[in-house]
Amino acid sequence: MKLIYEKSQAGRRGIGVPKPDLPVPEVPDELRRKEPPRLPELAEPEVLRHFTQLSTRNFGIDTGFYPLGSCTMKYNPRVNERVVGLPGFAALHPLVEDDAAQGALELEWELQEILREVTGLDAISLQPAAGSQGELTGLMLFRAYFADRGEDEQRRKIVIPDTAHGTNPASVTMAGYELTPVRTDARGNVDVDDLRAKVDEHTAGLMLTNPSTLGLFDENIEQIRDIFHGAGALMYYDGANLNAVCGISRPGDMGFDVVHINLHKTFSQPHGGGGPGGGPIAVRESLAPYLPVPVVTRDGATFRLDYDRPKSIGKVRAFSGPFGVFVRSYAFMRAYGPALREMSEVAVLNANYLLARLKEAYDLPYDRLCMHEFVLSARSLKREHGVTATDVAKRLMDYGFHPPTVYFPLVVPEALMIEPTESEARETLDAFAEAMLAIAREAAEEPETLKEAPHHRPVRRLDEVRATKQPVVRFRFDEHERPSGVGTHQLEAPKGA
Amino acid sequence: MAAESYPDDLLYHPEHDWARVDGDEAVLGITWHAQDALGELVHFEPPDVGATIGKDASYGEIESVKAVSDLISPLSGEVLEVNQKVVDAPETVNEDPYGDGWLVRIRLSDPSERDQLLDLAGYRKVLDEE
Amino acid sequence: MSFLSLTDADREAMLAAIGVSSIDELFRDVPAGVRFERELDVPPALTESELQRHLEELAAKNVVDEVCFLGAGIYDHYVPAVVDAVLQRGELLTAYTPYQPEMSQGVLQAIFEYQTAICELTGMDVSNASGYDGTTVAADACFVAKHATGRTRVVVTEATNPQVRQVVKTYAPGFGLEVVEVPHDGGTTDPDRVRAAAEGAAAVIFQQPNFFGCLEPAPDLAAAANDAGALPIAHVDPISLGVLEAPGAYGCALAIGEGQSAGNAMSYGGPHYGFLAARSDYIRRLPGRIVGETVDLEGKRGFVLTLQTREQHIRREKATSNITTNQTLLALAGLVHLSLLGPQGLAELGETCMALAGYARQSLADAGLEPLFPDKATFKEFAVRTGRDARLAVTAARAHGIYPGYPLGRDYPGLDDALLVAVTEKRTVGEIDRLVEALSR
Repeated sequence: MKLIYEKSQAGRRGIGVPKPDLPVPEVPDELRRKEPPRLPELAEPEVLRHFTQLSTRNFGIDTGFYPLGSCTMKYNPRVNERVVGLPGFAALHPLVEDDAAQGALELEWELQEILREVTGLDAISLQPAAGSQGELTGLMLFRAYFADRGEDEQRRKIVIPDTAHGTNPASVTMAGYELTPVRTDARGNVDVDDLRAKVDEHTAGLMLTNPSTLGLFDENIEQIRDIFHGAGALMYYDGANLNAVCGISRPGDMGFDVVHINLHKTFSQPHGGGGPGGGPIAVRESLAPYLPVPVVTRDGATFRLDYDRPKSIGKVRAFSGPFGVFVRSYAFMRAYGPALREMSEVAVLNANYLLARLKEAYDLPYDRLCMHEFVLSARSLKREHGVTATDVAKRLMDYGFHPPTVYFPLVVPEALMIEPTESEARETLDAFAEAMLAIAREAAEEPETLKEAPHHRPVRRLDEVRATKQPVVRFRFDEHERPSGVGTHQLEAPKGA
Repeated sequence: MAAESYPDDLLYHPEHDWARVDGDEAVLGITWHAQDALGELVHFEPPDVGATIGKDASYGEIESVKAVSDLISPLSGEVLEVNQKVVDAPETVNEDPYGDGWLVRIRLSDPSERDQLLDLAGYRKVLDEE
Repeated sequence: MSFLSLTDADREAMLAAIGVSSIDELFRDVPAGVRFERELDVPPALTESELQRHLEELAAKNVVDEVCFLGAGIYDHYVPAVVDAVLQRGELLTAYTPYQPEMSQGVLQAIFEYQTAICELTGMDVSNASGYDGTTVAADACFVAKHATGRTRVVVTEATNPQVRQVVKTYAPGFGLEVVEVPHDGGTTDPDRVRAAAEGAAAVIFQQPNFFGCLEPAPDLAAAANDAGALPIAHVDPISLGVLEAPGAYGCALAIGEGQSAGNAMSYGGPHYGFLAARSDYIRRLPGRIVGETVDLEGKRGFVLTLQTREQHIRREKATSNITTNQTLLALAGLVHLSLLGPQGLAELGETCMALAGYARQSLADAGLEPLFPDKATFKEFAVRTGRDARLAVTAARAHGIYPGYPLGRDYPGLDDALLVAVTEKRTVGEIDRLVEALSR
């Protein structure tokens, strides 16, 4: 399909601008724009149609099953979209005095209270914009905490298991720490012997996802806690997998000192094709003085933003955080109430059911009950039939499903990481299982069908080598090379909905 | 892509790098196994000419679409030349890992280090263990 | 619970298939010592209609009916209805990051078009798919500059948005960077001061128009940075770029900014999007997602995430950033708004803001409220002296239904009587006259 720039015709407009009968002040010549930006020129109906057509070439949780492991693709209730657009929220400027924002501050405060209860910790900052920013903020708090004790120069190392999300080591570097990797044992837990050898007076802390990216709850979490706290180090909980344990086990009770919560995973933020997210952090009282400013506080019946926090690390983002994200997640939590526990139970039930249906046809590297997700391997399919995890993923598209996460975690070769979430009906899980089993049969009988998949999407497999070697990352107008097929494709009717 | 091979006139490093030593100079590259594991290469981040590189340390990076690998130097020395052909066309390494796909030429600072490297038989053992 | 499909019969059958007798047994790997044994102490569940009512009641406690002259980084611009319509398409709204391109051509093409729009606005070669907001992209840009230059100091002008400076200072120690601020002289920044401070620095960040609304001598600031071998980084307002020169045209290495003005509601501070664009020299150092064009195996055009080896999921501790989730949906809103405006509409929008702001500035001066920086050209925002503590002026004006602006004393000691007034295309001459009346009482 054409780019919006290829549909543009000089002189068309999609929206008018008020023109008051007032003089326009002069812009000094050296500061005035010389060449106008080549933005698209289309009338309003064509703009709407362009983006509607784009939407038909996309797949969301509204479209169908989306078992993308580690991403918790659950249903996004529509009422949340309605309430976030209420003028009392959408039209509120972030710098109004607190008396003009009492409803927003009350919502933020109530959200904090629920997050404290779910995590089992004492204080919250809603500011971080996403999980990875929560990680970085948490590590900044570690540094501030140790600096206050005169130990920042001594404690330079952060321990991270080899199953961790890539964000963990990246955050370690951005916080100015050094990485100490630790192995996974044969049951999929952190290798406690390896850990014990690596934790000492130079260790600032641990970053751990529990349940891990293998979808397994670490059975030795109490030992791990004793090792770190015994060494005077802190523990960071990557909340990416919190959907497994709401109301079942709390990070604070496991011994973690700082937790981030991915509101866009556990608490149902529509992910918008990449974002927005929300990554609030919950901390133990001993770390509360260092939280970013402002902090939402309550004085009797009124709420305010507290900037007067002398030990604060500063700000990691503007204002108090991504407020619209808070509205949606708060609404989601209030829809569940204490049944947030049932949410996690069903997420874990759905995952174990799928695991039970699939473990005969695919390799299962760690044969345990899983939590909210599980990791299979296509290793045997590759060895016996030359079919890879990518081929399985691409073939699933032809059956109408979004593929699982592939090639992660790195410790499992040909990994297929499957997270159904609580949102799915048993019939959907069965249909997906049937597709996966059919694909395993196809791998033996007609491997070429898999290697050339997908066959029924708007595009076939794409040449990523070309995209990397000769990066074309913007439309180049008259100089833009037209790849073949564009001319004929524009005559096709839009596919999809 | 080239067929699997490991010439017997090279010295090997267990991180899947090779060296062709000639007097006090050496040419370095990565083995067939390394390029096969990475897939089609799309980028070579070379060291600067004149830079000092250390045995067992990273002297650059090589990338495919979904992987990046440090280049581990089998020997210590000063970079005399970078293979511009690989900078311009990294897939040269996939096509000819021991010939046109060499990466850098260095002047050795400690030629005796070569005694610590593997011969073909030793490298084959490393491959068998993986 | 209406979000869950499983019936009791489903649950029984599924537990049997798994080979366990109860839900509790599924959690047998959770050690007894860390199990949570009571019910969660959270407010009771609400049905959808109760929920809607509860949220309406909270929203009603916020005051949004005062005429808004508040800016200071977030602006009350009009968001077209088509933006809302596009954002509510479930296929776009409820999709994850486009890891599987064949399932995600809609979002990928939209990001490619967004990248193009940002490059066109800023005069740059490459844009990422968005950062969190206008503050974090400044920290990102510092990280790029540090690694591009090998230098460990960044210069930020004091006339740059205080929250941007605060975020840069919060990130800087982890990056191993020192932050130096250059004071303003009468509302704008002296290029000679920048030239001196930039010696040996990795980057110079300045804002155009700056936090006071004044037009900086941006080409001279960029030249001063370039003279010292520091990367000039302009923090710009997208709405200004139909009228004001693109940073790429005056030698900047990177251009960053807060995208809210284009397509996003104010929403008490977010979610919005930050944009980050650069000259092609820095493409391999950029943080975040980048979409590239390619072809499928039939030669048909398609789009993919590209240059992914920069990113955390591959390069891990050596990545250009830890960013993963970004602000794609908000950036898409920006693209839709800019597509509706086109080049002509964007220029007119800038001119309308300038005309109304100019009228407000003159009317306030006529009423005895002098501009803080009288000889400086401004865009849609300007500072006036209120003749008293500006916070009192805010309180007084609000009593008349006008939110008159932002007290600069909150960030600039010594400017306690100064009020920063923003005027967007949504304001009318009548509303401005009310502002003048409210402030001059």
